[in-house]
Amino acid sequence: MERNLMKGNEALAEAAIRAGCKCFFGYPITPQTELAAYMAKRMAKAGGVFLQAESEIAAINMVLGASSTGVRAMTSSSSPGVSLKAEGVSYMAGSDLPGVIINVQRGGPGLGGIQPSQADYWQATRAMGHGDFHILVFAPSSVQEMVDMVIKAFDLADEFRMPAMILADGLLGQMMEPVSFPEITAKTIEKPWATNGHKNARKHNIVNSLYLQAPDLQRTVQERFERYEKIKQTHTEAESYLTEDAEIIVTAYGATARVAKSAVNAAREAGLKVGMVRPKTLWPFPVRELNEGCKNAKAVLCVEMSMGQMIDDVKLALNCSLPVHFFGRTGGVIPTPNDVLAEIQKIGGAL
Amino acid sequence: MTSEIILAGFGGQGILFAGKVLAYCGLTASKELSWLPSYGPEMRGGTANCSVCISDQPIGSPLVLEPDFLIAMNIPSYDKFIGTVKPGGKAFIDSTLIDEKTERTDIEAFYVPATQLSADNNLNGMANIILLGKLIKETGLFDMELIRKGLEKCIPPKKANLIESNIKAIETGFNY
Amino acid sequence: MAVVFERPKSLVDVSTHYCPGCTHGIIHRILCEVIDEMGIEGDTIGVCPVGCSVMAYDYFRCDMIEAPHGRAPAVATGAKRSNPDKYVFTYQGDGDLAAIGTAETVHSATRGENIVVIFVNNTTYGMTGGQMAPTTLPGQVTQTTPFGRDTDLAGFPVRVCEMLSTLDGVALAQRVAVDSVPHVREAKNAIRKAFENQKEKKGFSIIEVLSTCPTNWGLTPIEALGRLRNECIPYYPLGVYKDKYAEEVAK
Repeated sequence: MERNLMKGNEALAEAAIRAGCKCFFGYPITPQTELAAYMAKRMAKAGGVFLQAESEIAAINMVLGASSTGVRAMTSSSSPGVSLKAEGVSYMAGSDLPGVIINVQRGGPGLGGIQPSQADYWQATRAMGHGDFHILVFAPSSVQEMVDMVIKAFDLADEFRMPAMILADGLLGQMMEPVSFPEITAKTIEKPWATNGHKNARKHNIVNSLYLQAPDLQRTVQERFERYEKIKQTHTEAESYLTEDAEIIVTAYGATARVAKSAVNAAREAGLKVGMVRPKTLWPFPVRELNEGCKNAKAVLCVEMSMGQMIDDVKLALNCSLPVHFFGRTGGVIPTPNDVLAEIQKIGGAL
Repeated sequence: MTSEIILAGFGGQGILFAGKVLAYCGLTASKELSWLPSYGPEMRGGTANCSVCISDQPIGSPLVLEPDFLIAMNIPSYDKFIGTVKPGGKAFIDSTLIDEKTERTDIEAFYVPATQLSADNNLNGMANIILLGKLIKETGLFDMELIRKGLEKCIPPKKANLIESNIKAIETGFNY
Repeated sequence: MAVVFERPKSLVDVSTHYCPGCTHGIIHRILCEVIDEMGIEGDTIGVCPVGCSVMAYDYFRCDMIEAPHGRAPAVATGAKRSNPDKYVFTYQGDGDLAAIGTAETVHSATRGENIVVIFVNNTTYGMTGGQMAPTTLPGQVTQTTPFGRDTDLAGFPVRVCEMLSTLDGVALAQRVAVDSVPHVREAKNAIRKAFENQKEKKGFSIIEVLSTCPTNWGLTPIEALGRLRNECIPYYPLGVYKDKYAEEVAK
């Protein structure tokens, strides 16, 4: 397969087009703007729609409108802009609408900074808007995975009728790596619910998230959570690296996992039995995969570009069976392999 | 074998482009590689830098902290990065713009008046590529045939007329 | 016996949740008459707001989307851009369109989105029980302006048609009212023209319909129509504020 050299942001855009995304609505924000610029150049030629919205709020609602009519639609932003999209994502989840949202994370809270960060983990996995719901969250760790996961996100969003997010960061968005585009046979999933004009051939469709009768809303939410349970059983993903004999397991996702992997390699060279479990899906969290990877472990080290957010899920998944340590950098500071190695050695020394 | 490279200078000197040329050469040579720019306000007339990793193994962190090779094109970048070069590493310094010499003896420093050479050889704005030519010579990273192929991939077809001048700039540095 | 008057086919035969005397029913009806007359129900996608007409999706027989508060023009933009051959309209109140959704309104208008916006202006937030709206008249008493709207404190009402008429993307901006039979006829003609504009890809058409809220105005339906005529229309004069193509023809 031909290898291309692309920025993560551009690869996300190209993958979306190849996955059959017909509408992209965006708003400029560092460090994801190349994605919108790429779409502006390519989308019309690919037979789709690019539109620069007046705000992130408008952009996600344009996605809501396009998705309601059954077409594949996407929006992208970075942390502060993703907060603005929260309203629309909640409405989409409440209306059982698919759609893909890209978050190329930067430091927060507030305007924060523009350097890479992973401080939106809680937002993505816990509270991407008000109400009882989840969205699918994918965490690529390379430009190639950005491509693969965008394609998967569109397919699963359609299959399960729910929004899906690619939770990347400024480092992955800005870096260039070789990337190949697989031959894509875009899944065509029937959407009998779509509001695309009934042509007098069916009853009118309604896309809606309002249920004024409490028992009706409860039933709708409960049904959605039954669907979530199925997804948890079947759609978790993680990479296990040198876990077989590992006494210390490092957990990290996204760009941080690249740093952690370098540290794991260095620790192995120093004779330490260290491995890594890298969640590729953050919701649903790969509980089984993590426990499997930790079967011989005595301690876990969670590394993040935040003050510690994924560590909550790591602890929940391990259910207090192992001590879980944390190492993080935040505000846009990227941890170094030496930082992580020092933490591993500290834990190793105490075992 | 992994080569970690930092290229640094002012925005507008073609720092990111020179890094891209290296990256495309790595791509052409079927290597693993990464290219990571500094981004944000730094790009607007301030200092710009990028990290390039070229390896036979998958790249871990793409952020280079201790480069094997450094290209420095202004004093702030020289000051910031000269101390970070790995012992045994090599630094390529535009001596037209940087009037300093390193006291480090554990690295090899090459002082190339790249900006002057670009003016003398009708290669205005190509000091970056001249330094790259010197780096290629002293590191043996890629041969000339591969560099030509890399440049052809790196330069968009509508600017194809620039390929020859880039080759000339590479050669100017290579032969300095 | 010949049927001379019946419910429009595209208006679903259910009782609505609107208060007695509310003019939403009239506006729903004339909108559906236009859809029927043009024979476009099967090719129409409607977008509901948040506010009193939030549940209008149950009343219009065409496909319907319920939008977040104020976002109907953005939702309609997404629907229309991905389905340029369909008719897309929004049905919005004054709080939705002129307060929380001002940005979406202005930008869909200036982009010249080829959609129809039905803007129902009754100078109050009806659904939440009668608070100050962006269109509440100076001096008007509401829950949140209990001593009357004090313009020193709460600023001035927004005249939407006048404001939007300055934008090049707007094909038609017209204000109508439903206080009398002639005005209702005029309102229907305006809505028809807006849909014809969309058919001819002329761009953004907004029909502002001055409406009543007897419940929150604390008036009988008849008195409410009187207030509409005597207080609202003088502040919000009826008429065509912009008709881009008529202007071009005139030139």
